[in-house]
Amino acid sequence: MAKVKIPENKVQELKDLCAKFNNEPGELINVLHGAQGMFGYLPAEIQEIVAEEMNVSVAHVYGVVTFYSFFSMLPKGKHPISICMGTACYVRGAEKVLDEFKRHLDVKVGETTPDGKFSLSCLRCVGACGLAPVVTIGERVYGRVSPEDVKGILGEY
Amino acid sequence: MAKFKNHILVCGGTGCRASESEAIAVNLKRSIDENNLENDVQVVRTGCFGFCEKGPVVKMVPDNTFYVHVTPDDAEDLVLEHLIKGRKVERLLYVDPETKEHVSDSKHMDFYKKQIRIALRNCGFINPENIDEYIARDGYSALGTILDEMTPEESIKVVKDSGLRGRGGGGFPTGLKWEITLQSESEQKYVVCNADEGDPGAFMDRSILEGDPHSVLEAMAICGYCIGADTGLIYIRAEYPLAIKRLKIAIDQARDYGLLGKDIFGAGFNFDVEIRYGAGAFVCGEETALIHSMEGLRGEPTVKPPFPSVSGYKGKPTNVNNVETFANIPAIFLKGADWFRKIGTEKSPGTKVFALAGKVNNVGLIEVPMGTTLREVIFDIGGGIKGGKKFKAVQTGGPSGGCLTENHLDLPIDYDSLIASGSMMGSGGMIVMDEDDCMVSVAKFYLDFTVEESCGKCTPCRVGNKRLYELLEKITLGKGDEGDLTRLRNLANVIKDTALCGLGQTSPNPVLSTMDNFPEEYEAHVKESKCPAGQCRALMQYVINPKLCTGCTLCARVCPVDAISGDKKMPHFIDTSICIKCGACMDKCKFGAISIQ
Repeated sequence: MAKVKIPENKVQELKDLCAKFNNEPGELINVLHGAQGMFGYLPAEIQEIVAEEMNVSVAHVYGVVTFYSFFSMLPKGKHPISICMGTACYVRGAEKVLDEFKRHLDVKVGETTPDGKFSLSCLRCVGACGLAPVVTIGERVYGRVSPEDVKGILGEY
Repeated sequence: MAKFKNHILVCGGTGCRASESEAIAVNLKRSIDENNLENDVQVVRTGCFGFCEKGPVVKMVPDNTFYVHVTPDDAEDLVLEHLIKGRKVERLLYVDPETKEHVSDSKHMDFYKKQIRIALRNCGFINPENIDEYIARDGYSALGTILDEMTPEESIKVVKDSGLRGRGGGGFPTGLKWEITLQSESEQKYVVCNADEGDPGAFMDRSILEGDPHSVLEAMAICGYCIGADTGLIYIRAEYPLAIKRLKIAIDQARDYGLLGKDIFGAGFNFDVEIRYGAGAFVCGEETALIHSMEGLRGEPTVKPPFPSVSGYKGKPTNVNNVETFANIPAIFLKGADWFRKIGTEKSPGTKVFALAGKVNNVGLIEVPMGTTLREVIFDIGGGIKGGKKFKAVQTGGPSGGCLTENHLDLPIDYDSLIASGSMMGSGGMIVMDEDDCMVSVAKFYLDFTVEESCGKCTPCRVGNKRLYELLEKITLGKGDEGDLTRLRNLANVIKDTALCGLGQTSPNPVLSTMDNFPEEYEAHVKESKCPAGQCRALMQYVINPKLCTGCTLCARVCPVDAISGDKKMPHFIDTSICIKCGACMDKCKFGAISIQ
């Protein structure tokens, strides 16, 4: 696995985070939530530190990270775009909206544009089904999005 | 709430907040201050009103005027016109779609008429971030009475007598579950609230936690007393930031008031609640998987028995109930088991909350008595199909459920009737589909979900569902043959019989129910390479009818890949080798000249 060098003070912060949960293996998911909050994603190096601190194997940590869709081993773009693929959005045309984003950005789902500006992902139900289809970019929520709106939305960033 | 003369309730649910309800509340407050009304009028951010289609929603109390589609710019008018001049702002009133008349009180709207709210009793009425408002509506008095006057056995009998069944989908009798956990001997036991609502298109648990978190905390404490547990754990999706925030506030307030913690109501009963976060795995809604996830492991299910009520979290007896089940508990104790039994059907008493969504006019969160028919839900409450299209199917039970057709519209909804007709209650997602939805694609959509969410532990689910998906993909691409239909059905039945947990066992339901109810659609795909609903892109071609085309050039301008050519005022032509079949041209054509073949 490729090494990502993280600064020494950040390593300490991560170790402190593990200590806050008493290095208790049962708290692994809480620790990973915290670590992803600190770094934005969970590259191999971070998983290795967490494994050592909590006295579990790296394979165990990796197994948990890859099991849950909320955890990511790849950095996200500056503006993460999520297309809601819940059933309500799907039947109101979310797939066409997704295709339009893919076409404009020229990336696949799960990828980031080469300039690091946008990343594209799908999520399952924001719960704003009255606004279907829904797209979120960062914290901002766009409702009743049609494929024609996509160009304009991207233009805002 | 006595101090102020008027209250303005602003919906603070996730749906309305996504359309700027927070800015409305801020603007209202500013306008109130500017007009020196701050001692008379209070702005309250409530939980979900349910009528998401018309959001953001604002309600004026005490006169109950219900404003819809409010924008931040309307705030000033609401204060100047409604509050100061006493005139209703007509442009923001709900218009009855049939009579075209303004309806100002939600009581008279078809959307609310047939609803009975038990689990949602406080959503949209109280400020969920203020424990006093919950207490003012008899909050925590059920807990007080039980601790004062009843034994755990007597309390469990009330739950058993009420006939309440698990609202997470399984429909297991709640009282019985509590009794089994009480009878499991152990010094340490746990109460777990399952708030891992992973079913796409379902948002009832989130809305309850956002709108009335204390009802769940009170019920968990009651459950703790009944089964002999001092610790409650709420397992909630990390994707629900607002619900998490309000839960945390509620837990802190309950601790401050001595309603959680040591020696509650001076009755010597200790109980406290902690929050655990999910991390986006649908299978964690299954109770054994959920418990493993809380232990910091991969959320893989294990074989039952042992059931969690005997050996659950950290190997101790654990009672797992879903959010909506808990939300019913305080009301049952306040009003009695007999009252609850009178609502709903004999075998499924009470109400059920549904997240009504899809191609229906009134998308929203509704609560109806069990036994209400699908027709009443979709056409009376839901206001019928969007755009006057024809109803085709309704999907209940999410990825584990099935699609029901027009023939099922008069079916009274309860746990048993839905299973008998090939679907299931599930957690309460209800997605309405119209004539433009292809049922093979819908089945494929759900399989895509299951394949992604399968934990991979057992082969039938991990490999079988993938193969099912591939067969459906082949059919939607027009490459399927009749043998594929037999293969699809055989494989689906094998997965159903052999998968380890509820996720795998129910995953073929969307395929089987669509094959049973819409056989002609599957046959059209494999025999004629046609998609009757016109949704499968590989099977369709957009063509312009030269007789109807006026050469207005609108389609050519809207085409994102410049596949349309033609001179002004002359019939246009679509180059099918370039066309990406996005359908933008057909949507824009004013003359109906473009069709799918």
